[in-house]
Amino acid sequence: MRRNKRLNLTFKQQQQLGGFLFSLPFLIGFVFFFVNPMIQAIRMSLSELTLTSNTFELEFTGLRNFRQALFVHPTFVRIFTEVFVELVTTVPLIIGFSLFVAMLLNQEFKGRTLARVLFFLPVIMGAGVVMKMEINDFANIVRQDHINQAARFGSATFRFILDNSFLPAQLIDFVVDVAESLPKVIRASGVQILIFLAGLQSIPRSVYEAANVEGATAWEGFWLITFPMLTPLILTNAIYTIIDSFIRMDNELVLLIRDTMFGGDGYGVGMAMAMIYFAAIAVVLAVVYAVLSKRISYQA
Amino acid sequence: MALFRAVLLLGLCYVILLPLLNRASTSLMSIEDLYDRSVRWIPRNPTLQNLKLAWEHMEYPRAFFNTFSLSLVTSVLQVAICTMVAYGLARCKFPGSNIVFGLAIFTLIVPPQLIMTPIFLNFRFFSPLGLLGDKPLNLIGSYWPFVLLSLTGNGFRNGLYIFIMRQFFLGMPRELEEAAYIDGAGVFTTFVRVMLPGSAPGLLVTFLFSFVWQWNDYLYVTMFMSGRQFLPQALETVGSKASLAMGRANPVAAASGYTRAQFDSLINNSGMILTILPLIILYIFVQRYFIEGVERTGIVG
Repeated sequence: MRRNKRLNLTFKQQQQLGGFLFSLPFLIGFVFFFVNPMIQAIRMSLSELTLTSNTFELEFTGLRNFRQALFVHPTFVRIFTEVFVELVTTVPLIIGFSLFVAMLLNQEFKGRTLARVLFFLPVIMGAGVVMKMEINDFANIVRQDHINQAARFGSATFRFILDNSFLPAQLIDFVVDVAESLPKVIRASGVQILIFLAGLQSIPRSVYEAANVEGATAWEGFWLITFPMLTPLILTNAIYTIIDSFIRMDNELVLLIRDTMFGGDGYGVGMAMAMIYFAAIAVVLAVVYAVLSKRISYQA
Repeated sequence: MALFRAVLLLGLCYVILLPLLNRASTSLMSIEDLYDRSVRWIPRNPTLQNLKLAWEHMEYPRAFFNTFSLSLVTSVLQVAICTMVAYGLARCKFPGSNIVFGLAIFTLIVPPQLIMTPIFLNFRFFSPLGLLGDKPLNLIGSYWPFVLLSLTGNGFRNGLYIFIMRQFFLGMPRELEEAAYIDGAGVFTTFVRVMLPGSAPGLLVTFLFSFVWQWNDYLYVTMFMSGRQFLPQALETVGSKASLAMGRANPVAAASGYTRAQFDSLINNSGMILTILPLIILYIFVQRYFIEGVERTGIVG
């Protein structure tokens, strides 16, 4: 006699059960390795931590850590504002730049694959430690010196030229800042370029051809076809860039938090800083999402 | 127009390649070259000495092996688990699947530094559900933290991988699955036999991202494995180790010759090259599939 081993579920239910089981590992992990630590993190930011041999102890101190971070700590607020200002200025640059490059790379030309490969390279090379070390590197400093003196063209010269024109000083500052942060922007754009590129390639040529027939110029083509179709990706890239920014090792605030936790004022204060940071990021993301998703035109 | 584009691209490529070339050329320089103002790229007295020193003091073979095996293990696990989760979320719509997806994205948004300390403590005094009571296990220094995190799809940026694979699965035609079901396959069998083979590009992309990021990872590795030798950490200390060794072996040279900064520079640059080179080699081999793969994952939807 043959026993029916299958439960008597409808097909739909079987599928749903399967789906649930498939996501189970994540859910388990989420509870243990995310929710739990989050709760602990909140607790920690409100207390003082001491390690004993077998376990750790938390002593509840209320908002003292937060007050310490915001009002007492000499550099937190300054670094915090710096990091956020940098974020606000760099993210649009990165998005704009990657869009531009993606459009370049979308056209047919020789060496296109090579160019694509090259642009993604920084992602591969982007080790945090490497970036940290590069800043203080002696050879680099010597070279910088070289460039500024020997070659006639460097950012100092650039500034000099601009200074002697009649542009207002603030504008000059801004332009020079942008130019100087360009290498950074270029290296941070790898993934975003790829995403935009994929997006560009999903726009069928026929749309452009139709527009052409109707007499649209290339400029109009961009603003009326390409740009609207890319808006969801702009949102994706914006969010990705913001998230990416706090993984990078040249993020001063992250370094500060780390130093505070393991040296400085202790875990509690470090945690409070991290909480503040996270809250700020969440606000920024929410704002970005709210602002941009209004403007997204979803295709039918 | 074409000329303009060529010039622009060349300029941009130069900016990208600059650090790499810098490091490569510095690692081949000898001390005199550093000071020599006429030397820009090609050293007058090229030497392999720096590379050798960096190799030695990074304990390269061991560090390489450690980094490689860790990256391999975690990426394989992460790809496997994230794909499973993604499939469950994409195709088998169970009530709450959207919420779970939202949670996955949420894990991305939270900065790892925030939950770093609690997770560290969790693993230091590991006692799930209080089962081990008074004698918790100390998992720090083993592969376990990584394995556990990856097995549960909560590793570094796993939310992103889940997202990628989910998009991929959403883009696959339903007919494939339906055909499988009609032929009597259950959910799991369908997954393994039908969906997996078709999602090779997505798998590859996820694997690459995971591998590269794990290789370059500094956060988690220093947190969980501070004792052992891994490439990024070895890189950090190689400068001091090498000078120390030099000083001991050859006090005269150390005292008279160059300052710490230059020496560090040489060694560090060589170390960087050694750290990055394997990835670059990997990348060269794989880049074709990679770029195509991203385009086909349908992230664009």
